[in-house]
Amino acid sequence: MCTVCGCGADLPTRDPGPERTVAAHAHEHDHGKDHAHPHSHERHHGRIDETIDFGKGIAGVTLAGASQRRTIRIERDLLSKNDAFADANRIRLRRARTFALNFVSSPGSGKTSLLVRAVNDLKDRWPIAVIEGDQQTSRDAERIRATGAPAVQINTGKGCHLDAHMIGHALDRLSLAPGGMLFIENVGNLVCPAAFDLGEAHKVVVLSVTEGEDKPLKYPDMFAASALMLLNKVDLLPHLEFDVSACLAAALRVNPSIQVLTISSRTGEGLAAFYAWIEARAAAMMEPAGLTA
Amino acid sequence: MHEMSLIESVVALVEDERRKQEFSRVRVIRLAVGVLGHAEPAALRFCFDVVTRGTIAGGARLEIEQVLGEGWCPSCRQTVSLHERFAACPVCGAAQVTMTAGGELRLSELEVE
Repeated sequence: MCTVCGCGADLPTRDPGPERTVAAHAHEHDHGKDHAHPHSHERHHGRIDETIDFGKGIAGVTLAGASQRRTIRIERDLLSKNDAFADANRIRLRRARTFALNFVSSPGSGKTSLLVRAVNDLKDRWPIAVIEGDQQTSRDAERIRATGAPAVQINTGKGCHLDAHMIGHALDRLSLAPGGMLFIENVGNLVCPAAFDLGEAHKVVVLSVTEGEDKPLKYPDMFAASALMLLNKVDLLPHLEFDVSACLAAALRVNPSIQVLTISSRTGEGLAAFYAWIEARAAAMMEPAGLTA
Repeated sequence: MHEMSLIESVVALVEDERRKQEFSRVRVIRLAVGVLGHAEPAALRFCFDVVTRGTIAGGARLEIEQVLGEGWCPSCRQTVSLHERFAACPVCGAAQVTMTAGGELRLSELEVE
């Protein structure tokens, strides 16, 4: 207990940490004319607002001799903030009747080429907008804009993934036509984007046959989070020792409900099936039951 | 390294709590991190000081409680330990074990004053 005024803030003598003098009640110093301490005596006793209020201690009181140190149970998921932004994006997209897909993959799997091709093939059927995520440059957005589709580039700087907050800002810049599509190309990274919900209807993971067939086992989170796997560049299979069935087995092991399509964005092989998948999933979301869910 | 943004989320959650109740300093931040989750404790520690400096969480000590992996095996009808995500049941070998623990990434509590 403080021997000068009798209040209970006796922490400094127990734990003389350097910052403690501001937060707690230290009376070791001289209360003479040369009082250079940053706090005044009144502040400790709550007579001045916006200072430490001892009435907000445990149980709303200050007990002489008891410290204000306390433990607060939080129990909140670290991603809860992102998830709240993602929920807001999802509601916004549903209101705009826009079907959003989040394309994820390692760098070099051919996501941008696939999207350029898909936008060209589909732009007469649906209005399509694109959000491009990269650490830097707006090269990908420029490639998309060359198709005539509106595209917003997000540069994440040091960031290794897009988050839902960034997508909210990108949506501010896009005018989404009802009944249209939004394709989001995530940063090329097979790890981090798996954890961040952007508010999309589905994640689509793109894996190319120039990568290892065991990628789903080595990076399971991404394949577990995705509804569809596109196995890209299958036109190169004759030149590679890539075991397609082993790759499918690996993907199904980490996600028994994942759907898989083999495609080549260069030759167009398998793309009709991919577009049919988009159409079916978009229709399911646009159903009245899906809209109100 | 998405651990940077995870620590930024920790700071945001501490700021949320600060709006609800008065405290001037955070002494300890306790996280529950599942061993089968996507965050690496060493990477969280690595960026903790840099990310929290100058924030309400600055100067706090980071404590990480690791949560072991567990899953429910429908064949054995029991909870089994899981050392790898999506691994087969270590008891009966069935592949459909549903992870029930080990994916945590949670701010569990704060010590404040």
